[in-house]
Amino acid sequence: MSSRDAIFEAIRRNRPAGDFPHPVVPLFDDAPPQDLRPQFIQTLQRMGGKLSEPRNGDPFADLKDMQAQNPGKILSVVPEFQGDTSLEDNTLPADLADVEIGVVRAAFGVAETGSVCFTDRLLKINTLGYLPQHLFVLLDPAKIVFNLHNAYKQPEFREGHYAVFHTGPSATADIEGVLIRGAQGVRSLNVIFMPG
Amino acid sequence: MTEKASGITEPQPRGAVIRGNHPVDQSEAAGRFMAAPIHQKMHDARLWDLRQKRDAEMHIIPEWEDLRQLASDIKQHTLTHLDQYLEQFETNAKVNGIHVHWAKDGQEHNSIVLEILKKHGAKKLIKSKSMLTEECDFRHSMAENGISVIETDLGERIQQLDGEMPSHVVVPAVHKLRSDVAQVFSKTLGTDPDNDDVHYLTEQQRETTRPLILDADAGMTGCNFAVAETGTVVVCTNEGNADLSANTPPLHIVSMGIEKVIPRLDDLPVFVRMLSRSALGSPITQYTSHFRGPRKGGEMHIVLVDNGRTTRLGMEKFWTSLKCIRCGACMNTCPVFRRSGGLSYGATYAGPIGLILDPTFNKHKYRNLPFASTMNGSCTNVCPVKINIHEQIADWRKELASVGEIPFAKKAMMKAAGEILASPKLYRAGLPLANSTLRHLPRFMLYNRLNTWGRGREMPHAPRETFHQWYARNRAGKKKDVSE
Ligand code: SF4
Repeated sequence: MSSRDAIFEAIRRNRPAGDFPHPVVPLFDDAPPQDLRPQFIQTLQRMGGKLSEPRNGDPFADLKDMQAQNPGKILSVVPEFQGDTSLEDNTLPADLADVEIGVVRAAFGVAETGSVCFTDRLLKINTLGYLPQHLFVLLDPAKIVFNLHNAYKQPEFREGHYAVFHTGPSATADIEGVLIRGAQGVRSLNVIFMPG
Repeated sequence: MTEKASGITEPQPRGAVIRGNHPVDQSEAAGRFMAAPIHQKMHDARLWDLRQKRDAEMHIIPEWEDLRQLASDIKQHTLTHLDQYLEQFETNAKVNGIHVHWAKDGQEHNSIVLEILKKHGAKKLIKSKSMLTEECDFRHSMAENGISVIETDLGERIQQLDGEMPSHVVVPAVHKLRSDVAQVFSKTLGTDPDNDDVHYLTEQQRETTRPLILDADAGMTGCNFAVAETGTVVVCTNEGNADLSANTPPLHIVSMGIEKVIPRLDDLPVFVRMLSRSALGSPITQYTSHFRGPRKGGEMHIVLVDNGRTTRLGMEKFWTSLKCIRCGACMNTCPVFRRSGGLSYGATYAGPIGLILDPTFNKHKYRNLPFASTMNGSCTNVCPVKINIHEQIADWRKELASVGEIPFAKKAMMKAAGEILASPKLYRAGLPLANSTLRHLPRFMLYNRLNTWGRGREMPHAPRETFHQWYARNRAGKKKDVSE
């Protein structure tokens, strides 16, 4: 008997009898606020993410400041901002290791958790979400959903091969609980509200 | 970066002494942990802090109790229809181009992975944290076969470099002080032994691990949830290391226990909403990643592992322990765990969940573990999937008694205390009235070498108050909302 068959046989032999119905999961979204931005921003900031607001009418002012302070490659995969390096057909995931700043658009945001959702289609190369030192994220404020129940109703989880919630930058508190932002992935995550 | 040394020199207490199949003496190792006051104090405070953060999160979610009930119901439904959902998961994963393998135990898991690696000529594997691979003694097995395995989670990496098991399912090195980490890193990574600044240590790990990630032939992750309806593997992490492991090398291998499957996408938010809130008191992990298929030019494999799970499914009193989502909340709240450290259990799983899982692997070796509990029921109260942990601990005591696996001292103890200590209900109901019951227990039960809880600071005060009363008094200064 193959291991697969043995496992299924053991499950059928051992699984408890009885009535264990599959519950219907409510959306728990009876009273969402009209404007979901304040909650999104608050939770994003709590999780270590930043809201990058326009200065002097320039939505990319913070990005440009960061570029000035941290010279290095900028890889943008959004039409709204021009980076100084681009993806080639033969670019490998590890090739993004020397990117200083990545710019990418989120599919949607989640107010409950301050998360933004990326997919393989939006990232182009998945490591764009992790190997750069800093990430700038364009998010259409009209595309913020109230909670995770609503989030999992989005089509992104049924299309493509990869979807991910980023909630602030990478972090660890593995040594004595001291919180460090910028563990293995990006050191900062900055959200720019921009319809798209 | 300023150089900082905490100046702390207390040596790290090591875990339980493992002697083959000999019963692990948890209380002996716990005693050594308690004899290291700086370690014990930090450990206790850190975990209690996590517990309090969890409570704060719980209070801002009005539907918290509904979510717990839903999570429990979904898991019970899935486990009682496990064949059906595993088949559905397998079918959908395959449709998406994922290779699916089945392993009846840890050894078979390891040889399947080795086979995949060999086929790709892969020698260097990076991986994120997975308790299942700990069950399988995976790293050891790979080392014997010339595969280098690098743990990428900071806590797990510290433990790997120090040759220790993880002491906690969520925070693997929580029992170590920064000075311990500085020593481990200086010996293994060549960092400054006198600098135990946490920023410095974390940055050193980032910088030394990154080249290994970029250079790896294959990446391995665990799996927190697997959605049958879509064939999706969900991984929750904070450091970004699982996504680096999965997305950087051309080959991604997922190790997953067969109990991780859930039916639908609609079920997923119930668990994602509670996992990190229960574990760390944060609304969600920094990364919640959904893998539905290999990426362009890559290959993805899933190894589904039984390793005792189907046997557990058939245990009338213990099958619901398979609902566990490994959040660690029961450990953080457990007074025994907080004071004795996870390595004192000498088993893959420590703390309350360990007490009910470990004996399913080996009744003899882990026969002492179900006694490492005050039966205060706090674990059951915080468990997001509503496992009746403390009742199962009591049931394990009875089960061990019935198969002759009750150690002598514990036999005497159980006889002395009668059913009171074996039944959490009686224990909790009886003790507040009956300080006298406790006072009339034989002296050796309180001060016996095997009874760590008599040797610790607390029990000498106990004759006139229960542990609960003592605990409430000693914790009076700290806010807490859920009964301990
Ligand atoms: S038993 Fe419950 S509280 Fe403990 S780790 Fe598992 S899910 Fe979390």
